[in-house]
Parts: sequence; structure tokens; C-alpha cells
Amino acid sequence: MISFEMSEEIRDQKEYAEKVSREKIRPYARHYDEHEHEVPWDFVNFIWDEARHHIGCLLPGSMELEEPFMSQVHSVEALSWGDQGFYLAIPWPALGGTAVRATGTEEQIERFLKRFQGEEVTWASMALTEAHCGSDSAAIRTRAVRDGDSWVLNGEKLFVSTARESMINSKGIMIVWATIDPAAGRKGMRLFVVEAGTPGLKITRQEKKLGMRASDTAVVVLEDCRVPLENMLSSTGDPQKAKSFKGAMATFDSARPTAAASGVGIARATLDFLKERLAENGIPLRYDRPRNQLSAIERDIVDMEAQLEAAWLLVLKAAWLVDRKKPNTVESSMSKLKAGDIVTKITQKGVELMGTLGYSRELLLEKWMRDGKVIDLFEGTGQINRLIVARRILGYTGRELK
Amino acid sequence: MYSFEPTDDQKIIVDEARKLAEREFRSRMRENDEKEEPAPEWSEEGWKLGLLPASIPEEYGGFGEHSFLTWVLAAEELARGDLSAALVLAAPNLVAVPVLLCGTEEQKKEILPAFCSDRYRAASAALLEPRFNFDPADLKTKAVQKGGDYVLSGAKCNVPLADEAGEILVYASLDGKTQAFLVPKNAPGVAVKKRERNMGMKAFPLYSVALEECVVPSANRLGGENGCDFRLLLDASKVGLSAMALGVARASYEYARDYAKERKAFGEAIAQRQSIAFTLAEMATDLEAARMMVWKAAWLLDRGLDATRESFLAANFTGDMAVTVADRAVQILGGYGFIREFPVELWLRNARGFAVMEGITIV
Repeated sequence: MISFEMSEEIRDQKEYAEKVSREKIRPYARHYDEHEHEVPWDFVNFIWDEARHHIGCLLPGSMELEEPFMSQVHSVEALSWGDQGFYLAIPWPALGGTAVRATGTEEQIERFLKRFQGEEVTWASMALTEAHCGSDSAAIRTRAVRDGDSWVLNGEKLFVSTARESMINSKGIMIVWATIDPAAGRKGMRLFVVEAGTPGLKITRQEKKLGMRASDTAVVVLEDCRVPLENMLSSTGDPQKAKSFKGAMATFDSARPTAAASGVGIARATLDFLKERLAENGIPLRYDRPRNQLSAIERDIVDMEAQLEAAWLLVLKAAWLVDRKKPNTVESSMSKLKAGDIVTKITQKGVELMGTLGYSRELLLEKWMRDGKVIDLFEGTGQINRLIVARRILGYTGRELK
Repeated sequence: MYSFEPTDDQKIIVDEARKLAEREFRSRMRENDEKEEPAPEWSEEGWKLGLLPASIPEEYGGFGEHSFLTWVLAAEELARGDLSAALVLAAPNLVAVPVLLCGTEEQKKEILPAFCSDRYRAASAALLEPRFNFDPADLKTKAVQKGGDYVLSGAKCNVPLADEAGEILVYASLDGKTQAFLVPKNAPGVAVKKRERNMGMKAFPLYSVALEECVVPSANRLGGENGCDFRLLLDASKVGLSAMALGVARASYEYARDYAKERKAFGEAIAQRQSIAFTLAEMATDLEAARMMVWKAAWLLDRGLDATRESFLAANFTGDMAVTVADRAVQILGGYGFIREFPVELWLRNARGFAVMEGITIV
């Protein structure tokens, strides 16, 4: 039976995340935007010591959640409302953890993820993109060559979120995508876990970005970086039949609605702000009037609100499918492309509607506009998600629709 | 807990509605659009689905419970077949559903059984007025209490099936509040005027209706002395109409998608070009988002919760989406999109109506 009833469980998590967002994130958002590459340690410690025990997705396995992924998108949306960079700076297994769980053995899951249950703040990161390829992940050049009882990794990775946090500021893990056979394309792709302190992994640059500055994004160089054979993620235990690519791609089916939820959070921050300003100025929003009788500003706001609602409901549908272990590739990409579109438009409109105030760094509108753009770029650009949806609805292979 | 899965019963209804709409509605869509008349099969065969009797409780002659969710699921399928046909089939709802939602016990007992027989019975509602600044909350048609009666005066437009309907639910301003009155078509002072000539929905007969000192007993006020919750009826109307907008958009999208896979240019299907493929992906995405918005508003209504905001947002988004999707479909077909041998121009004309016909039908 169709239902839009939020469970108690999700409501509790969401309300907690909203409180964190209001009290521990929003007041510091501007500072870390202006002080790029500083770690928001107070926030990080607060999350580790306290908040993650209340927000299920941050400490997987800590709570018996009925709808773990639905809970996650609600939490991420609420945290991103405070500041998206802060949400991305949170110490938790994140996408790396999803990849380990999707493609690792029980033993590997235990060995690599147990540290997130411990006392010390720990981050995970994922290294996929290279200078010459992003969405075309089968084209990566980072090599893994077997040498005795090790894999030796060589290559350069870009746009690695929380790389510094996972490798330098904590005893975390980095999931590195590499090929064991460049001629084999996606069939040669494997996922390797590099633990903090492993010689041969260097962070060579921290990117300076348009937005999401509270989150660190780095370039990682692997130079004869040697990891034990058992660090190749392979649920089958057989390196030749690791099915890494498929497993890793499946992680995107949950990563995309999560990114979309984050975008919805930024867009809602903008819209909430605009609505408060209108209310302060005695301008009501009328939902019961014919549209041709609304003022231009009312119309802008209600259009934004409708777009926001549209994107959010797509996120919920995609999340609902994840929790039921049903295929959601189309819904996942739909939610992501829609969220990328609407957060870009809504945050740009926010700057426009508030005039010079919107453009000023005194307020956060201009920041949200800078932050929001990345939603249309990471976890697959808007274009690649359109391509994924198009192939599915048309029944085309990658060769038929390039 | 969230769920996006219709019940098994709803799935059966959707399936039957789809088959009927393909067989009886779509097959006659073009011919009847050109003739500007509905096909008799639309009401005769369509009535066999039993959608309205299934939403009326047994005590009033039906065999079920009303559910907005079930209705929106079915309405999408019906309108996907053809919008005019879906509206003709839904016309009895214009009286039956407001009575079901807001009527007094006597009104329900008197009126509803007539909509539960095995014969289609046309009904109508008059809300819209012919002016650009029409506002359902500020009607120029007035109701004035006079002794034990109400006297109605004003001009209405786009009144569905006014010539055929036995009664019209007339909306009028009573002391500044919009209220509804059951007016028998043969009541003195009711004059059905000209047939409207609209851009779309051409096979759905709409009329201008004049009310000149039309007197109805006070028992005919919907909801009796306490009146009706007009806000609820308007919200419900937006949701029902939005569900039909989904159907029109889906028809356009599906046709354009299939066409793009067939049509070759430069040695391959045009759907194999990103400019077409991405357009289709955006159409499918917005269609799905709109559907979720309609479902959510319908769900709120079923729960008896305030749905004013959600129905407004759903109507806004869906109305825009339907026009955009139909327009993109015309674009994908190129010149064929413009000629009446192909159906997409008809869908574009129909889609344009949603944003302007708000409140035409309470379903």
C-alpha cells in the first residue's frame, strides 16, 4: 500500500540530525568556507563521541534499523542543510564502507570496518577518478601488479574526498580502484584497501575548490604502494573472479541518492531562508490561489518548492528500493540528475532574489550556490546520469548509445 | 513506513483501466477529437470498470470505499488512453464525490444510489467563470438566502456535459465564501448556452451556463446548513486533474520514445543520439517525480490530512511537466509532430489545459 508515512525511527534520526545541523554545523559554516583545509575538529569529535550513536548511518551495525538507507538519506539531507562540507567531513565508513561491504568477504569486512567501532576518530575514502577519466571508470590506468604475497599499486588519483583525514589524520582506509589487466577494461578492474601508514601512498595536493570547502579533496599518488594479497576486495576469494566492477558500480546505486539527498538539503536551506525573509516582510505564500494571480516572487518560491519536493520524492523512491534490495539504477540516477538540476537552479535563484544581500559573503546564499554545484558533478555528472537513464528506458547497450 | 507499491487490488484496477483505455479510448481518440464529440463507448464501456460504484459505500448503493490513491492510479491510465474520454467517464464524479465527501446523510442517501446503477449517468459541476482573473475563492456567481431557498445568479463557463447532465453542482459565493448547490438542470433560471470552443479536450463537451435568479431549496446546499469544505474539494480536484496530466504526459513520452527508436537518421535511430536520448531521460525523470507528488497529495487526502500545499505543488509541477513533455514529444517527432496524422499535437493541446482549467472537475 502506497504510504508517505515517516516511521518513528526515521523521524527520531532526522530530528536529531536537524538539531546537530542547527547547533553544531550552521554557526560554523562560514568560518570553514573561509578557512579552507582546516579540519573542523570540534565537530568531528562531537560526531565521533556523541552524534554517531544517534544517527544510524554513521555507525553501521550500531542500531537495528528497519530502513537503514531511508534513514541515511533523511540524515544526510538534514546535515547538508547545515553545511554540505561538514557532512562530507564526517568520520564514518561512507562510500568506502559501502564498497567494502558490497565486494568484500566477511573477513575483510571485519578487518577493515571494525576500526569504525573503536575509540579513535577514523575516516574512509575512495580513490577512483584519474586525471584522464571520471565517469569512464573502466579506463583507469592505476596498475596493480602481483609480486609474491603483495599487490603493488602505481598511479595517480584525483578528487579523493577525506584522503588526508583517512590516511594522515586517522588510522583509516582508502579504497583504491586499479586494474590488474589494462587490456581487459572493466574486467580487469579490482578494488584494493590501503590502510593508513602504508608506504608508497602520498597526498600531493589539496584542491582549492569552488565550494564544499570544509571537506578535504586531495590528489593521491601511489608509488610502489605495496598491500597484502588479502587487501584485494573479493567476495569470492578468487582474484580472477572478483566481480569488482559490478559490485563497485552497485555502490553507486546507493551513493547517488545519498548525493541527491545532500543536494536537497542545500536547496532546502536556501528555500527556508527565503521563506523566512518573506514572512518577516509580511509577504505570505498562498497555496490556494490560482497561479496567474501570484506575484512574481511568490511564483518563483512555489516553483522552487515544487522542484524541491519533486527531487526529494525521487530520492525517497530510490532509497526505498535500496532497503528492499530491489534494482534501482534508473531511480537512483533520476534522483541524482534531478537534485543536481534543482539545487543549481534554486541556489542561483536565491542569490538573485536577495539582490546584493544574496551576493554578499555576510549571508550564506552565495555559499550555497557554490556548494550546490558539486551535486551536479560528483557521483556521476548530470550528463552521465542522463545517459544511464536513457540507456535503461530505451533498452540500449553502451555501444548503442554512447 | 514509506511504501511506493500499490496494493494488489489497485494493481488489478490499474491493469483493467489501462486495457480499457487502450481499447476504447485511444482507438477513438483522433476521430472523436476531430468530430468534437465523445464516443458512446467511452461512457458505456468505461462504466463497466465500476470505478465510481466501487468508491461508494454499500449503505448508499455502492460496493466499496472511496480512495483518492486508487482514483489517481486509475485516472492516469484513463487519461493516457485519451483525456477527453477520461473526463467524460469521470463526469459523474463531479456530483457524486463532493456529495460523498461533504454531503449530509440525506443528500448521500438521495443522490448516491443513482450513481451506482449499471448505467452511466452524466453529471456536471459549474465552478469556472469567464474572466482572466478568475479565483475560486472569490466567485462572482452569488448565492443569496431568501426564505427557505437560495437564489443563484451568475455566469459559468466550461461546464462539462451540461446538456446531458441531470444535475449541476453549482459553486457560488455565499457571504464571501465559496459554497456548492445542487441544481437540477430543469430548474427555472438555468440556461445552458453555447458549446465552448477550446484548443484541446475537444471531445469533452463543455458549455457556458447562465444562472438567472435560479431558485433552489436550502436542502440543496451541499452539506446542508453547515455547508461544505470547499478547500477540500478544490484540493481534491487539483489532485485528480494532476493524475490525468500524468496520463497525457506519459502518452506523449511513450510515443516519442518509441518513435525515436524507429526513426533513422544518418544510419542510426535518432534515439541513439544524446540530444534525443537525454531529452527522453529528462521527460521520464520529471514524469516519475510528478507521479510521486500526485501520490503524496492523494495519500494525504485519504488520511484526512491537510493537502492544500501538496495538491497545489503537485498541480503546479504536473501542469508544467505535462506541457513540457508534450512539447518535447512534438519536437522529437519533428514535422510529424505538427500534423494531425500523428497523435502528439493533440496531446500538446490537451496538456496546455491543465494549468488553466483548474477546478474544472472534482474527482
